[in-house]
Amino acid sequence: MQRVRIHYFKGEALQYIGNLDLHKVWERTFRRARVPLAYSQGFHPQPRMHQACPLPLGFTSQVELLDFWCDSEESLAELQSKLEKSVQPGIEIQTLTNVPLKSPPLQTIVESAVYYVTLPEDCDLDPIQEKVNQLNRLEICMRDRRGKQYDLRPLIKELTFSAGQPATIYMRLMAMPGATGRPEEVLEELGISPFVVDVVRTELTLLPVPEEVENNV
Amino acid sequence: MLNRIEIKKKLKAILPTVVKPGRYFGGEFNHVVKNWDEIGLRMALVFPDIYDIGVPNLGISILYETINERPDTLCERAYVPWLDMEEAMRENSLPLYTLESCTPLAEFDVIGFTLPYETLYTNVLNAIDLAGLPLRSTDRNDSHPIIIAGGHAAYNPEPMSAFIDAFVIGEGEEAIHDVLDCIKSAKTENLSRLQTLEQLQAIPGIYVPAFYDVTYNKNGSVQSVDPTSPKFPKKIVKRVVGILPDPPTHFIVPSIDVVHNRIAVEIMRGCTRGCRFCHAGMVNRPVRERSVEQIVNAIEESMKNTGYEEIALLSLSSSDYTQIEELVSTISEKFAGRNLVISLPSLRIETFAVGLMEKLKGVRQGGFTLAPEAATDRMRNLINKPIQAEQLLETARQIYSRGWNSIKLYFMIGHPFETMEDVQAIADLCKQVIKEGRKIIGNKASLHTGVSTFVPKSHTPFQWTALDSIPNVLDKQNLLKDQLRTPGMKMTWSNPRETILEATLSRGDRRLSNVIEDAWRHGAKFDAWMDQFNYNLWIDALEGAGLPPEIYTSREREISEVLPWDHISTGISRKYLEREYKKALAGETTEDCRDQCLACGIIPTLTDQLKEKDGVNWVCLEAS
Repeated sequence: MQRVRIHYFKGEALQYIGNLDLHKVWERTFRRARVPLAYSQGFHPQPRMHQACPLPLGFTSQVELLDFWCDSEESLAELQSKLEKSVQPGIEIQTLTNVPLKSPPLQTIVESAVYYVTLPEDCDLDPIQEKVNQLNRLEICMRDRRGKQYDLRPLIKELTFSAGQPATIYMRLMAMPGATGRPEEVLEELGISPFVVDVVRTELTLLPVPEEVENNV
Repeated sequence: MLNRIEIKKKLKAILPTVVKPGRYFGGEFNHVVKNWDEIGLRMALVFPDIYDIGVPNLGISILYETINERPDTLCERAYVPWLDMEEAMRENSLPLYTLESCTPLAEFDVIGFTLPYETLYTNVLNAIDLAGLPLRSTDRNDSHPIIIAGGHAAYNPEPMSAFIDAFVIGEGEEAIHDVLDCIKSAKTENLSRLQTLEQLQAIPGIYVPAFYDVTYNKNGSVQSVDPTSPKFPKKIVKRVVGILPDPPTHFIVPSIDVVHNRIAVEIMRGCTRGCRFCHAGMVNRPVRERSVEQIVNAIEESMKNTGYEEIALLSLSSSDYTQIEELVSTISEKFAGRNLVISLPSLRIETFAVGLMEKLKGVRQGGFTLAPEAATDRMRNLINKPIQAEQLLETARQIYSRGWNSIKLYFMIGHPFETMEDVQAIADLCKQVIKEGRKIIGNKASLHTGVSTFVPKSHTPFQWTALDSIPNVLDKQNLLKDQLRTPGMKMTWSNPRETILEATLSRGDRRLSNVIEDAWRHGAKFDAWMDQFNYNLWIDALEGAGLPPEIYTSREREISEVLPWDHISTGISRKYLEREYKKALAGETTEDCRDQCLACGIIPTLTDQLKEKDGVNWVCLEAS
């Protein structure tokens, strides 16, 4: 048994495919590749896979992570070559690495995520710079998410605007269970429709893994 | 009309606002994208319901694969958008487009609809309209695509005849290539639309309704259907393939969840049982089987190509597949331990079936489904599905004692001459079944009864019979609901108003084209969806056309009457259907035709088609 972490790009072809469906896409990729996933025990055995952090629909990403448990002792290079031949258009596998079996679930160790927003050419840039500055100056920014009040401000770790060609916004948002900032909410706060921009997730920061796990590969 | 780039740009703004945007974006594993500019002939296949229902359709899967194997043709897919997406498309002037290349449907040479059932008809109109095309064949010109349709409902093409240019009657595997060859040469020779349709009508199995005239009697029934010129055949005989070709193995693997996520392999086509209500059993004759090797290879190949976790072995009567034991044991050995679900529906009610299912049972399993259809000997004899009650109970005992907690039984009410005693017998039988289950596994035992209403169908021995009335059906349903919804028991039933619509459309004539259009113009669509179906629109449309629904539904038809589909031949002779109808009325059963040929007419009518491939005379499968 080994546990392997895949780092992959999620491209435009899969931008409207949600997290649950993506799980199935991967499951079928493994079956096509004849990579034997380990299954959970019980009445409804499920393949053992974890994804890091759901990507909102309509966005692409250069930092998707997936952990899987597999019964084969094949090398990472062999696994990667098999998976690359079977993978769905829209997924580009970057690297495979081994992870300690007892390492905590992937979704519990994400700390923050970076989103890179490209604005359309016909966008009026002046008010955006001003709004970015304003938002950065705020101490609290109360918003409503599905009828619940929450403060967006502490979820924003970094927010910068650059008026190049094209103009871009860089944002680092918290991505911890129960404290996740959503890029479309920041965009709304800046008065930008999330439907006209391109959003790419470019970075995921993971919490450090405890030492006793690290030593126990 | 918008071009591809404009469509893609608009989609970017629209898709985040609709439910399940993955339905409208394509990009699935195994989709085929060819270079539009390098290929001369382009066809769009349309399933007239949403993506989730259309993707698993086996007919579309077969055609998509076989058409795309042609180097001279490209074939792309479209589905009907759900209400939210339709609204957004209409607001943004976005035409119906194919998923592979975002090309508007209007730019294709051919559009092909599959018509598996009648309640999709309004969706076909909606799709044609969303494509920006005139609805009616007569309003389309040389600049428009040729619109063809096929599938089970097309065996009575008349109700949809105003909208479809040409129907393919029967099996599509070979016929579609004849159609494409014809349209290709028509395109090269720059033929007019009319000339192209004339050439299509010359292909066996193709029906161009514009070349046929219908007259009516004073009482509303059909008087005659005649070709407009002696060069067109009086009867259109369905197409069949003598030998089943290899099944498709490159199924589209959608990236979102759809109704069936599986590899479907047709192990056999046709059925010899002769249940008198069964449209599929009549129109799909003769029986043709695939070999065990062919099936197993197809599964292996499909597994490699799709990664699906579920396999369905399809046929109308799996127990009648002559190599069923060998097939089941080969599959259970080969695919064991791979966390797969393998289903084998349509099993006969006998303990042998339980043994088969046991072999296929993986880690996961669903319920066990059986279709007794009726519960008294009188009704079973009438519909020609004789099963002993004890045989059903013994099968149920075996199922419950061999690891299944749940059984699903399918019954049909509204058979001709059915009484309340016959319906009460259904309730009694179900109670006996659950009682057996409780004896074996206690309160874990559950029973789900599906009660549908019999709809008389064209081309069956019951094509002359009346549909049961709404008050009768409601009484019968209420009787069952009172008794079959106790702890451990669940019952589902069909809306009698939907049944009326299905019965009207399935035995209707071409005057219904006006009705379908009128209903659609007033908002009818997704008639197969319980929450979307609007009966009143249909009643108003029938009234507006001066057609009382009774002439199609509650009226028993005379044997001498010309039926709207009499010019369409399934190969089965009218004499055979009449004989079976009379035997039904007399309460006589008919044996399986494998035991004794019943001269249904299939062999003499289809013999040329059947022997074409191997040159030898074709014979039906006999009992082994």
